[in-house]
Amino acid sequence: MKLTGSQIFLKCLEREGVKHIFGFPGGVVLDIYDELTRAPFIKHFLVRHEQGAAHAADGYSRASGKVGVCLVTSGPGATNTVSGIASAYMDSIPMVVFTGQVPTPLIGNDAFQEVDIVGITRPCTKHNYLVKHVDDLARIIHEAFHIARTGRPGPVLVDLPKDVIQGQTVPKFPERVRIKSYNPNYHANPKQIKKALDLILKAHRPVIYAGGGVILSKASEELTKFAQSLEIPVTTTLMGLGGFPAPHRLWLGMLGMHGTYFANMSVHHADVLIAIGSRFDDRVTGKIEEFAPHAKIIHIDIDPTSISKNVVVDIPIVGDCQDALSQLNELVVAQVPTPRELSPAHQAWLAEIDQWKREHPLTYDRASGDLKPQFVVEKLYELTQGNAIISTEVGQNQMWAAQFYHINRPNRWLSSGGLGCMGYGFPAAIGAQVACPDDLVIDIAGDGSIQMNIQELATAVEYDLPVKVAILNNSFLGMVRQWQQLFYDRRYSQTPMWSPDFVKLAEAYGALGLRAEKPEEVEPVIREAINTRKPVLMDFRVAPEECVMPMVPAGAPMHKMLLT
Amino acid sequence: MRHVISVSVDNEPGVLSRVTGLFSGRGFNIESLCVAATMNQEVSHITLVTAGNEMIIEQIIKQLRKLINVIKVVDLTPTDHVEREMALVKVKAEDRQRAEVLRIADIFRCRVVDVSPNTYTLEITGTSEKLNAVLGLLKTIGIQEVVRTGSLAMQRTKKE
Repeated sequence: MKLTGSQIFLKCLEREGVKHIFGFPGGVVLDIYDELTRAPFIKHFLVRHEQGAAHAADGYSRASGKVGVCLVTSGPGATNTVSGIASAYMDSIPMVVFTGQVPTPLIGNDAFQEVDIVGITRPCTKHNYLVKHVDDLARIIHEAFHIARTGRPGPVLVDLPKDVIQGQTVPKFPERVRIKSYNPNYHANPKQIKKALDLILKAHRPVIYAGGGVILSKASEELTKFAQSLEIPVTTTLMGLGGFPAPHRLWLGMLGMHGTYFANMSVHHADVLIAIGSRFDDRVTGKIEEFAPHAKIIHIDIDPTSISKNVVVDIPIVGDCQDALSQLNELVVAQVPTPRELSPAHQAWLAEIDQWKREHPLTYDRASGDLKPQFVVEKLYELTQGNAIISTEVGQNQMWAAQFYHINRPNRWLSSGGLGCMGYGFPAAIGAQVACPDDLVIDIAGDGSIQMNIQELATAVEYDLPVKVAILNNSFLGMVRQWQQLFYDRRYSQTPMWSPDFVKLAEAYGALGLRAEKPEEVEPVIREAINTRKPVLMDFRVAPEECVMPMVPAGAPMHKMLLT
Repeated sequence: MRHVISVSVDNEPGVLSRVTGLFSGRGFNIESLCVAATMNQEVSHITLVTAGNEMIIEQIIKQLRKLINVIKVVDLTPTDHVEREMALVKVKAEDRQRAEVLRIADIFRCRVVDVSPNTYTLEITGTSEKLNAVLGLLKTIGIQEVVRTGSLAMQRTKKE
C-alpha cells in the first residue's frame, strides 16, 4: 500500500519506539503536523523556541538513556536548533533532529525559509542526511536512529524537503541497518585489558578518572565494583557525575578547573591513571604538559579519535566502557585473591588522599550571615535527600551544583559540559520531566542563563510539567564577573545585570514564584517548591560577589589551585 | 612530515565537503587533493597529501575513519607505492625558443597538447620532483600558465 512521506515518517518513529517529541511547526512541515493528529502513540510538546526543543530532546535522552527527538521547520526553525545540536554533539548525546526543507526543485534557489542546514550542521552532528526521495525515507530514518544510539552516541540530523514529505511510495521498512563504513568496536581487546590490569596491580598510587562514557555505556555498576575491589579512588569529570556514587569513601569529587583539591592533587601525584570514557578536555587537564606528570596512563574509550588526541597514552583500549570494565572485573576475580592485601605504598596513598580531604575540603564561608549560593545548593541536596534529577545552566550555578549536589546515580545529572551552552538547563529539565514524570526535576540556574530560554515556562505550564528552577540570583553574569575580578582587575565590563521580578514573571506564566533573601528563608522556600505540583521559579538573592573555589586558572597545571 | 593518504568514500553529494570540512575545522593541512569516481559507481577515491607530526597524522586518519561516508583509509607513506602528478603548462615560445621548449619536452617525455604561433602547451606527468624540475627549466623561457593535479598514488603489488 502506498503511503505518503509524512505517514512513513510517523510509522518510522513508531517503529523506533518514539513516544515523545519536542517541536515547533512551520510551512514545510505542515503535512507532518497534520498527520500527527492521527498518531495517538506520539505525544508532541510544543516549545516556544526551537533551541528549547533541541535541549529538551537532549535532556530527555540524558535522563532516560533513549534517543531524544525533535521536529522543526526549515530555515530559522532549523538554525535555531543549532546550539542544541552542538551541545549534544560535544557531550555525545543520542538525538535525532528532523528539519523541514523547501521542496527539492527549489533547493539552492534562496527560497523562502531555505537554509542549507545539512551544510551548517555537518561539523556538529555525528552524521546528517538530506532525504532526496521518498523511497529513501524509511531507510534513512532507521539509519539515523542507529547511528545516533550506537558507538559513541551523538546527534543526527535528517532534512526533509516538502515534496519528499508529500510524495508517495510503498515503503520498505528495513529490519537491519547495513552501513559498510560504520561498525563501532564494542569489544575491548582482552590482551590490552590484561596489560592494563597488570599495570594497575603494580601501581602504588592509582586513580580512576571517569567521564560521560561511563554513563552512556551504563557502566557505573561495573565501575563501582572495579574501584571497590582494588581500592582505587575515583574522580569524574563534569559529564561523569553520577557515574560513581558520590557519598562513597573512594569518591574524590569532580576534577578539573573547579574540581576538588584532593581530586586534582590525586591525579597530579598518581603513578597510574585509568581514564574511562573521558577525553582529556582542557578544563580537566589544565596545562597539558604538566597533567598527571608521574602517571602511566590507561585510556578506555569507544571512540579511537579520543585516544592519544591530547595526551599520549601508554595503554590504549578501544571499546565500550561497560565491556572493558566487566572484562577487568572478571580478570580481577580470576587473578586477585580476596580479600586483597593492599601494599603499604597503596595504603599510604589512601591515607595521603584522606589527609588532603581533611586539609582542604570543599567549603565556603558559612559564618558570614549572607545568603551563600553554595548554601542553597546544599539545602537542595539535603531536602531532596539527593534524589532529584538535577539540570544546570552554565557558569557559577553549574559549578556550585556540581560541587555541592552529590549525584549518586547515573542519568540524574544534566549539564551542557563540552559546549557550555547557557540556556540549556531549563528546557533540558522539561525534557527530563517528560521522560521521568514521577521524579523531582530541578534546574539549578543563574539569573543570566535562565533568561536565555525562560520562554519555556509557557511549555512547562501548558503541559503541566512541575519542573523547579532554583535561580542563584547574584545580579551578575557570575562566572565572567569572577574572571574579571581575578584576572581583569575588577573591571566589571557588561557583567552587572538587571533582571525582571522573577516571582511576578512566574505568576504571569501561571507558575509559582518564590523568593528567599536570607539564609533562614531558604528551607521554607524549597519545601514549598517541592510540595507544589506545578512549575516553580525560586529566586534566591545570593551574595553577589561570591567566587567558585577552588579554581585552577586557565593554562595553569592542576596542582596549582586558588583555594580562596 | 609529508604523508600521502588514500581514502575511499561513498560516491554521494556532500562527502567531499565532509572531508575538507574535517581538515579546515580541525586545523589540519591539505597540500593537495585528487578526487574521482572509481570502477565501482558507488565509491569515489580521494588521494590526499598532508603534513604533520605523528600524533597529527594519527588523528587525521582516525578522524577520517570516523566519518560515516568514509569506507577505507590507508596511509601510503610507509608502504611501497607509486605516486604521479600531472601538470599542463603553457609556455611562451617564439623564434629560437620554440626548438628549446621542444627539446626540454622531449628530454622529460612531455607531450605537446596545444600549439599556437607563440606558445606551446605541454602535458607533464611524473613525481612532484620531476614536475618541479621541468617547471624550473621552462620558467627561464617564460611560463604563461600552469595547472597541476596534485598527487595520485597507489600501493605497489607485493612481489612474492
